Amino acid sequence: MKTQLPLFICAVAGIFMAVQYFVPAALPAYERVNDYLQIVYAFSIVLGVASVVHRHGGRVQKRRKDWPYSLAALIALLFMLLAGFIGGRGRETLFQALFNAILLPVQATMFALLAFYLASASFRAFRTRSTDATVLLIAAVIVMIGRLDDGRALGIPDIARWILNTPNLAAKRAILIGVGLGMASTALKVVVGIERSYLGSGKE
Amino acid sequence: MTWMRAGLPHGSERRSLLPFLLGILFFCSLRCVPTAQAEDTQGQAADRVEASLAAASPPSAAPSPVTDLEIRDKPLDAGKVLLVSFGRSSDDPGGHGAVTRYALLRRGPADTAFAVVKTLTALVKGDRLSYEDTGLKPGAGYSYLVRTLTASGVFSDGPVFGPVAPARQWFFTNKINTLITTILFVILILAYIRAARRGRSLFIRRIAGLDAIDEAVGRCTEMGKPTLYIPGISTISDVATIASLNILGQVAKKIATYQSRILVPNRDPFVYPVTQDVVKFAFAEAGYPQDFREDDVYFVTNDQFAYAAAVCGTMVREKPGANLLLGMFFAESLILAETGSSIGAIQIAGTDAISQLPFFVTACDYTIIGEELYAASAYIGREPTLLGSLKGQDYFKLCVLILIIIGVALMTSGVLLRNQPFDWVSQILKVRAAGG
Repeated sequence: MKTQLPLFICAVAGIFMAVQYFVPAALPAYERVNDYLQIVYAFSIVLGVASVVHRHGGRVQKRRKDWPYSLAALIALLFMLLAGFIGGRGRETLFQALFNAILLPVQATMFALLAFYLASASFRAFRTRSTDATVLLIAAVIVMIGRLDDGRALGIPDIARWILNTPNLAAKRAILIGVGLGMASTALKVVVGIERSYLGSGKE
Repeated sequence: MTWMRAGLPHGSERRSLLPFLLGILFFCSLRCVPTAQAEDTQGQAADRVEASLAAASPPSAAPSPVTDLEIRDKPLDAGKVLLVSFGRSSDDPGGHGAVTRYALLRRGPADTAFAVVKTLTALVKGDRLSYEDTGLKPGAGYSYLVRTLTASGVFSDGPVFGPVAPARQWFFTNKINTLITTILFVILILAYIRAARRGRSLFIRRIAGLDAIDEAVGRCTEMGKPTLYIPGISTISDVATIASLNILGQVAKKIATYQSRILVPNRDPFVYPVTQDVVKFAFAEAGYPQDFREDDVYFVTNDQFAYAAAVCGTMVREKPGANLLLGMFFAESLILAETGSSIGAIQIAGTDAISQLPFFVTACDYTIIGEELYAASAYIGREPTLLGSLKGQDYFKLCVLILIIIGVALMTSGVLLRNQPFDWVSQILKVRAAGG
């Protein structure tokens, strides 16, 4: 029963999703299911918060390694919760001020780190250790110069455009076709109950 | 006015001076003989004034009503929409005349009177105005009329049109090609699964990235370090996430067998309980339920970069022997992969996000590209039914390849022979959106 019920629910939901794609009359029911999902999602947030509190609370309680960071995480969580519940989430609220003054700059910093990681990754990728890497390097240099005005006299932008629109796009489409079929196949396997590893068990 | 009082007579004497004053005015007008150009200018100005007056002030009579209202059922929908369109009033030259707006009134099956559902401005391009009336009840009759309004609120109602009932359609006729293709695909997959169940030997090519998972888990066990498994940052509705969960089950079982440790940080609160169950069951199935630690499969945060920061922190602090990044990734992919690379962990990444693949190829030891991610569960588990589905998928891909070659050949030969491509193959196979 513990395995059969989730499989049954999964099959019904999967078949319904396939049917609604072809049956316009099923669209209102599909929209309603999507609304229900929002509600379930809201409840799942509670599970997430419970996990955070349980994990970090345990670390603080048992004074495990780096427990002060866990304490900071818990205090921050509690403070944001109280700020939101008491002051609301409007424009001129403490919650919004905390979001704008702390969270946004920190997020921006993390995103900005990407530039440095890009530089280090590019350096490794373009080291001409093999024929493949050499081809990659040459293509990358042409595409990069193609984006500049300087290469126009040599016709480099045209070559860059050809690289992007012909071999690059062909490879992308090949991957996409495979991905599409893989998705459909995985969905089918899950719906008919052949693939059940997500239930934690491959067998009954 | 002293001069009036002193110089001008009163009463009947004043009336007798009227012809005299008119004579002076006539004389003045003769003195100011206008040129042809000036005359034109004055004439145009007068026209403009007249036009602006006409626009600003309401006409004494109500504007001409709209008579050509048209109501149609929206094709290929759930029967909740009617398409309304009508031509302009004859007093409306395009929103610049007396008519400024139109109100669309509707009376439903339960209504006793008409009520306004939408007001449309006359200041739009085109001869006809249109509106999609949504949220209707399928099969119920609705009557409409259009009220033509001027700026001052004077209006006239057109004739009542209807009742018209929105009809519910039961099949997207424009998706019949997709349906046939889907049925063929399902038949092919199920046929190969059946063949696999009957014991037919199926060859699956080697996938280096998936072979390396064993090696990575073994390495972690030898080093006494945990394996970090990142199931992507997308929701459970993403098939890549489901594929990742399928792999997680297999990987967790191996880790449990080796009595090693697995860390699974989650970004999505929907995915988190599922990953926890998957790992828990895998440990139980491997015979080591006591080794499962609830705190090792945890929710971090719903925020993308906060999640990236937390996972990078985990990598630096816990120093896992292997990082498995399998699922759907976005801009954080390189941040995670580069941090993993800096701690010297063996890294296996897999995603179907094409824009993130180059980052993983660059920063990771092995990359599972696109469809290989979906094949992973079958490949690792080696279960015949799953391998059969993989084979069916491959043969369907062969069919797609043949169709592409035929399509390209037809297009090219059409251009060469008659300067116009033969595009019937692409037209037959074209995927159309709902209602399109």
